[in-house]
Amino acid sequence: MARKPLQFHLNGSEKAVFVEDGQNLLDVLRRGVGDLTPKYGCGQGACGTCTVLIDGEPHLSCLTLAETVEGRQITTTAGLAQGADLHPLQKAFMDNFAAQCGYCTPGMLLAAKALLDRNPNPSREDVVEAISGNICRCTGYEPIIDAILEAAKSRGFRQFG
Amino acid sequence: MPVKVESFDSLDGAARALSAARSARFLGGGTLLMRAVNDGDQSFDTLVRAVDPASRQVRSEGDGVTIGAGVTMAEVVAHRDLSFLAPVARVVGGPAVRNMATVGGNLFASSPYGDFTAALLALGARLELVGQGGRGIEIDEFLRDRERYVGSIVRTISVPRPRDPGAFRFAKVSRIKPKGIALLTIAAYLPQSAGRIRGARVAYSSMGPRPLRATAVERALDGQYLDAATIEQAAAVACDGIEPHTDGLASAWYRREVAAVHLKRLLTGERR
Repeated sequence: MARKPLQFHLNGSEKAVFVEDGQNLLDVLRRGVGDLTPKYGCGQGACGTCTVLIDGEPHLSCLTLAETVEGRQITTTAGLAQGADLHPLQKAFMDNFAAQCGYCTPGMLLAAKALLDRNPNPSREDVVEAISGNICRCTGYEPIIDAILEAAKSRGFRQFG
Repeated sequence: MPVKVESFDSLDGAARALSAARSARFLGGGTLLMRAVNDGDQSFDTLVRAVDPASRQVRSEGDGVTIGAGVTMAEVVAHRDLSFLAPVARVVGGPAVRNMATVGGNLFASSPYGDFTAALLALGARLELVGQGGRGIEIDEFLRDRERYVGSIVRTISVPRPRDPGAFRFAKVSRIKPKGIALLTIAAYLPQSAGRIRGARVAYSSMGPRPLRATAVERALDGQYLDAATIEQAAAVACDGIEPHTDGLASAWYRREVAAVHLKRLLTGERR
């Protein structure tokens, strides 16, 4: 079994690990570097809870061959808060009861971040489209959509990034 | 058994490795093959990949556009020369899937996937395979015997640009809003001359194991004005010669019942 060296940036800090042939990025993040914020849901690209940002764009980490992220910037939910200060999206999710069981939340937050980074003033329709690849079985989506729209309006979003 | 991964700088190197391996697959965006890996699929033991910038290019030439097989759905949505295909790429998956899924990979997607390929089929795309002396093949020929090409790499897909953008129509029918897997997809290219349809091409996906042409519908449309009577005649033969399948999304009976309704809506330009 070939083991290959892999270097990438995770939430701004450099990581160097060995990966196995065929290993997916989610597995490397969770088992290889110990970032447990991206979740394993379906393993099939249907649920979206493993969503991470690669160079700022949402990707499904369970379907990403780990060795393809050599040298790239990975953002997970672990990189959102700054110390004790929650990211405006996290705060808005809390205020709007947008997380119930919480399993979809990491993927929802990153799908939302990707949207707001590109489009700081999204319409409700834009938000629905942005999270259309993320399944939530608890909330009925409305609190999540409200939270993302509220975070977009909050003044802190831009400075937080 | 774990899968082996071989990486190459060029599509040509990857194609040689692919033909030398006993059971290898070419990895595009991963949305089909990585899920097979996660699922423990034992039908292949090697993934071959290429980091070839040429496979991510889009070139406009004369009346057509040549799309590198590694171009993603998100890149199709964003590219100004591909605006006629943007509505098709936009309904493939969510944003994360669109950042990964490629045009070339979609050619190999089994039902219920392959919406983009239905559009390419309706537009009469031509594929160039790697290592076949630059030989191009019609998408019809490729789809007729698709399993034969599993060990091949598609380099580019050339699509004629519709002269009248209104001549190309597309509808993906899902039960889940706003996004869901297609229970059927219809793509129609209906160029007109002097008001009559000439050279109609109508394609379905998810109406069989692979995207296919609705030839009876094409015959009903060809040479006619796109009026109420023609549309009725086309809808009446919507499933002639087609044997839709039953899956978790819909039964064959249901697909047959609703195909005519959705075809009619597409032809009348009615939106829901």
